[in-house]
Amino acid sequence: MRRALTTALREIAGSDPRVVLMTADLGFMVLEEFAKAHPSRFFNVGVAEANMIGLATGLAASGFIPFTYSIATFASMRCYEQIRNGPVLHGLPVRIVGVGGGFEYGHAGYTHHALEDLGIARIQPGLTVIAPADHLQASAAIRMTYDLPGPIYYRLGKRDDYVLPGLEGRFRLGRVETIRTGSDILLLTLGSISTETVKAAGLLALQGIEATICVVSSLRPAPLEDLMELLARFKATVTVEEHYSEGALGSLVCEIAAESASTCRVVRCGVKTMPASVCGSEACLRDANGLGADGILKSALVALGVSVNER
Amino acid sequence: MKSAYEITPQEIRKIIIEESKRANVGHIGSALSIADILAALFQGVLHGTGTDDPNRDRFILSKGHAALALYAALYLKSILTRDQLQTYCCDGSFLGVHPEHRLDGVDFSTGSLGHGLAIGSGVALASRLSGIYYRCFVLVSDAECNEGSLWESVMFAAHHKLSNLIAIVDNNGQQAFGKTKEVIDLEPLGEKWRTFGWEVHQVEGNSTEELMRSFQALDTRNGSPKVLIADTICGKGVSFMEGKVEWHYLPLSDDQYIQALNEIERTAKK
Repeated sequence: MRRALTTALREIAGSDPRVVLMTADLGFMVLEEFAKAHPSRFFNVGVAEANMIGLATGLAASGFIPFTYSIATFASMRCYEQIRNGPVLHGLPVRIVGVGGGFEYGHAGYTHHALEDLGIARIQPGLTVIAPADHLQASAAIRMTYDLPGPIYYRLGKRDDYVLPGLEGRFRLGRVETIRTGSDILLLTLGSISTETVKAAGLLALQGIEATICVVSSLRPAPLEDLMELLARFKATVTVEEHYSEGALGSLVCEIAAESASTCRVVRCGVKTMPASVCGSEACLRDANGLGADGILKSALVALGVSVNER
Repeated sequence: MKSAYEITPQEIRKIIIEESKRANVGHIGSALSIADILAALFQGVLHGTGTDDPNRDRFILSKGHAALALYAALYLKSILTRDQLQTYCCDGSFLGVHPEHRLDGVDFSTGSLGHGLAIGSGVALASRLSGIYYRCFVLVSDAECNEGSLWESVMFAAHHKLSNLIAIVDNNGQQAFGKTKEVIDLEPLGEKWRTFGWEVHQVEGNSTEELMRSFQALDTRNGSPKVLIADTICGKGVSFMEGKVEWHYLPLSDDQYIQALNEIERTAKK
């Protein structure tokens, strides 16, 4: 989704002189496309995320639409207070781009694994939170939302080399996108991990269980009506996200289920504890945390009340 | 904007004492410390404050805990009314201990130290990108220079030669829990900024005249960002507060209130 971002921003900035791109010294071999096309509106601010958000606040208050770019952990947490007291408090159109949600920076280790960025972003009033599932949806989401009023946090995956089947680049703010239909169970999925959710649905189908998959990319504004309608229709749902189980999609769905007195059982498939500090690829770390297709399958069977041993 | 009142440091100090007593709140020493700096800025340095003129100078009170001094200046500048001023720290007022951007004349809410210079750098950069000339003044406290984020902005502004960015350090030598020299010694403070690429001016921060001369001499269209290291006295103008750490927090008793007002009025008559 990094290339999708750079290309979208290069094009948008061509017709909108308000767009500025800043990076805290990341994006080598990614952001050059923008830097070459719009050199006067590209700033590498150095390894200084707090300053970057302050700069963006000042620019946004002066009529610009600044994008700030870093790895999701640094983009969201190093400067969280600056985000809160700057763009959130002043309602300014700062766009915070956090790259690599969950375990995408696998071998880089715990410091680079964004497992709480969406949770902390979601609780800030007025901060739009968008987490696309593939590069086509990222491109659409960025183009549709870049000039919204108020601040936005985009959690973007690293990769641009896969397409989520059935999504076809659809994105609507405050809505879910359905990419598979089945009447036995609902899988609600967010971000890059959605490829594993699709695989898990295939495994469920082998057992005669047909799943509906809805992609949730707009975490705030939350797709309240869509989710309420879905929770009323299904008896069981699994939320799938590369994030701690607390705070983001799983919590959102539990909140809606509880407040709407839904009888749908919700099982949250996310990272349950602090990951062991072993080194591993994204696939390895997903599997180790129950987030591979097999892990999602198990969560689905739990949600349906099916004993895993019977199958 | 035409002012109905003369913006003098004594008038600012008088309002600080009156309103902090009425509201029974502290941060009096920090507010008194910057009365002369605000008098200089609002008398004749800042252009267009409180208007939506795109060319207006911006002012960010990064040491937001001294907001009462800013409210006094905005009142004397006829941007706030007397009625508004007298809601200081009342329930439902926009005039809290720290300034709120919904107030006319306040571009940015502040209160958490180490944020203002970054925002000011963005504002100064926006002037360059848009081709609309204005200056951005950011008033920071000396203890705010403890914050690492401030130095991120210092480096950025120097690298990009944000000549229209002017920082003022209220160098009163005190912080919440002690003397800066005993907490984290900042000296040589001016040398630090100079080494980081800023144009440094050490000035008498409790002299409005000297501050005015210093501001007017700055070439803000060329060169590096500027910093005025303004040597001040915390609690300036009230003898029992000057240089006393406790006046970062304490409110005034009735007797102290009368003595403080008397001392300020005597200075005003001199």
